[in-house]
Amino acid sequence: MSRSRDLLLASVAAACLAGPALADKLGLGRPALPEEVAAWDLAVLPDGTGLPEGSGDVLTGEEVFAEKCATCHGEFAEGLDAWPVLAGGAGTLTDARPVKTIGSYWPHLSTVFDYVHRSMPFGSAQTVTTDETYAIAAFLLYSNGLVEDDFELSKENFTTVTLPNADGFYPDDRAQSEYPLFTVQPCMESCRSAPPQVTKRAIELNVTPEDPDGRPAGSLPLVTAAAPAAPAEASSAPPAAGADQALVAAGEKVFKVCSACHRLGEGAKNSTGPVLNGVIGRTAGTGEGFKYSKPMAEKGAAGLVWDAATIDAYLADPKGYIPKNKMSFAGLKKPEDRAAVIAYLATFGG
Amino acid sequence: MSDDPQTGPSRRAFLRHSALAGAGLVAGASVARAADPDPLITEVQPWASAFGDPVDATPYGMPIEFESHVVRRNVEWLTESTASSINFTPIHALEGTITPQGCAFERHHSGAIELSKPDYRLMINGLVETPLVFTYEDLTRFPRHVLTAFCECAANGGMEWGGAQLEGCQFTQGMIHNMEYTGVMLRDLLAEAGVKPEGKWIYAEGADASSNGRSMPLEKALDDVMVAFFANGEALRKEHGYPVRLVVPGFEGNMWIKWLRRIGVYDQAVESREETSKYTDLMPDGRARKWTWIMDAKSVITSPSPQAPIRHGAGPLVITGLAWSGLGKVTAVDVSIDGGNTWVPARLSGEVKAKALTRFHFDLNWDGSEMFLMSRCTDETGYVQPTKDALRAIRGVNNVYHNNAIQTWWVKPDGEVENVEIA
Repeated sequence: MSRSRDLLLASVAAACLAGPALADKLGLGRPALPEEVAAWDLAVLPDGTGLPEGSGDVLTGEEVFAEKCATCHGEFAEGLDAWPVLAGGAGTLTDARPVKTIGSYWPHLSTVFDYVHRSMPFGSAQTVTTDETYAIAAFLLYSNGLVEDDFELSKENFTTVTLPNADGFYPDDRAQSEYPLFTVQPCMESCRSAPPQVTKRAIELNVTPEDPDGRPAGSLPLVTAAAPAAPAEASSAPPAAGADQALVAAGEKVFKVCSACHRLGEGAKNSTGPVLNGVIGRTAGTGEGFKYSKPMAEKGAAGLVWDAATIDAYLADPKGYIPKNKMSFAGLKKPEDRAAVIAYLATFGG
Repeated sequence: MSDDPQTGPSRRAFLRHSALAGAGLVAGASVARAADPDPLITEVQPWASAFGDPVDATPYGMPIEFESHVVRRNVEWLTESTASSINFTPIHALEGTITPQGCAFERHHSGAIELSKPDYRLMINGLVETPLVFTYEDLTRFPRHVLTAFCECAANGGMEWGGAQLEGCQFTQGMIHNMEYTGVMLRDLLAEAGVKPEGKWIYAEGADASSNGRSMPLEKALDDVMVAFFANGEALRKEHGYPVRLVVPGFEGNMWIKWLRRIGVYDQAVESREETSKYTDLMPDGRARKWTWIMDAKSVITSPSPQAPIRHGAGPLVITGLAWSGLGKVTAVDVSIDGGNTWVPARLSGEVKAKALTRFHFDLNWDGSEMFLMSRCTDETGYVQPTKDALRAIRGVNNVYHNNAIQTWWVKPDGEVENVEIA
């Protein structure tokens, strides 16, 4: 290699390595348009930064809450099943079982607005309007006994509301309260004064998922001998005659979304939503023991029967097909998903 | 003659098993002597004669069927809906330090979404000179970096505060994974937008329906936070945030925003639901710690453990485990077999990296008697992993998060292992 070529390479390398200085910009990306920022930056901060124009009162909030939130959180924000409790719990934070609600634990009302507006309802996020969000927040303040029933919350009076536990939080202090205690030379020998005594055994609680043989789920198999017989396939209901197995299998996958609220199969009970065994052929709003919304019950009384066509139409647009029914679900947009889940439902008779 | 281990032991396999068991009984810890020649050696096996799979059989492979137990598992009663829930890494069955993406624990708050690279946008706005929008391709043009980091859910071990509860380290310590990420540094993206002097915090949020968002101080964002698009050499899996996630070394997993869509720069913390109602640590006086981002030093013996009992009897035994610290490198792991009376340093195997999982091994000639197995790690700040009692003395039992206590496994003479607490 010639000397001049070496020099050339060296200078190229130097130029490349120098590159742009740290503060230099690469010119990548493009400016965000105001409409784009407005669409995505919905965050509301404790001092009210980010609050949109609008207002809503307790009574409106009660209605909206009943329609959009109560299926999981209960009519009085008391929380159904294991869904979050939003009201009550005052004075329980030092109890053995603290109840952490908006009234008892949350420090800022801004968090309520921010979360409801951006992330709720579960499965249909960003479908609550600004005024509805103010109304829901007002209702939740009322449910927690923090305002009267004639209260109206708005952008203007928002920051005048202080939640009871506003002063209940302090920044991480482990560096002062814990690290000095735990930053010591560890004991290596004769560290105990008495032999160990078992005080708690997980096995006695019996709450761990199990393998078919009763061992903790996922236990390693024997590797010293031939593997034991494979566990029997989990038995599932035999598909109805003529059912397309692949479609049913696809439907089982799609149903995972539904299973947040609906139970299916032997021994299934009503949950957040009605049990769906035998739903095909059933008159709408007549599942035994389930408290339906008024619009759903009325549809049934008017003669709506669930078959492949009506379920398809309902799942395509639940709120459009039966306005103000309480199923808080955006629907299945893909026709093939709806066909699959209907085929799957058809395998579960009443 | 067929000897398919999946359809049950054949007569030959049965005999082989008996022979080995018999030999084991006689030989004990000394070298086993076979009673009969092993047919696996003396007979030509099908795999030694016929073809295996051709190269076009598996364009992208899954683990062999014999490893089908090595999967993520969830605990049904923990949450109301599996769309907002958690599952656990099978750490009892893994070795080394890198967690394969396919079995690395998942936590999402509104399901794992499908977001394509063409549909991907990242916005940086707030207290910046120029609010910007990046496409996926834009991100790939920033200088690229590689780092390895553990991601641990703040609630890892959260079910164990009140007492030993779940049988197996997959369930008690398995809300953790460790991957090698490739991506661009958040500081480079922020520099592109130009952070204004009043910008002190960033808020990162995801594109999924939960729009999970967390605030962190600007200093952390400018330090080692990565906007990652590769993990373990390949694209992020859907459940880990494809196509782009935040990597926040040393900080709790909730802050590692998946499907990252927006970085807002603010003069204060947003105090979102995920940093007020959740991920705050209730103390015995009824007040709560907030902004408890750092995952303190912790270790656990992954085998033996309840899902990985000792099946070979007394004699040479490999004790293996994981250690990590959100404050830097692990410098030592001590192991005790007698419930913490005597501690002996374990070997740190492989390269020790800061804020990443470290593998330790401890080689023991087990005498076959009962053991109370424990591991205890120390990090480069000198912090020593505490006992659960020491943590409870400060935090009570309703803290939920940040349980980094020493784990005790009770090993019985028959090799079975239980999750226990001891006094």
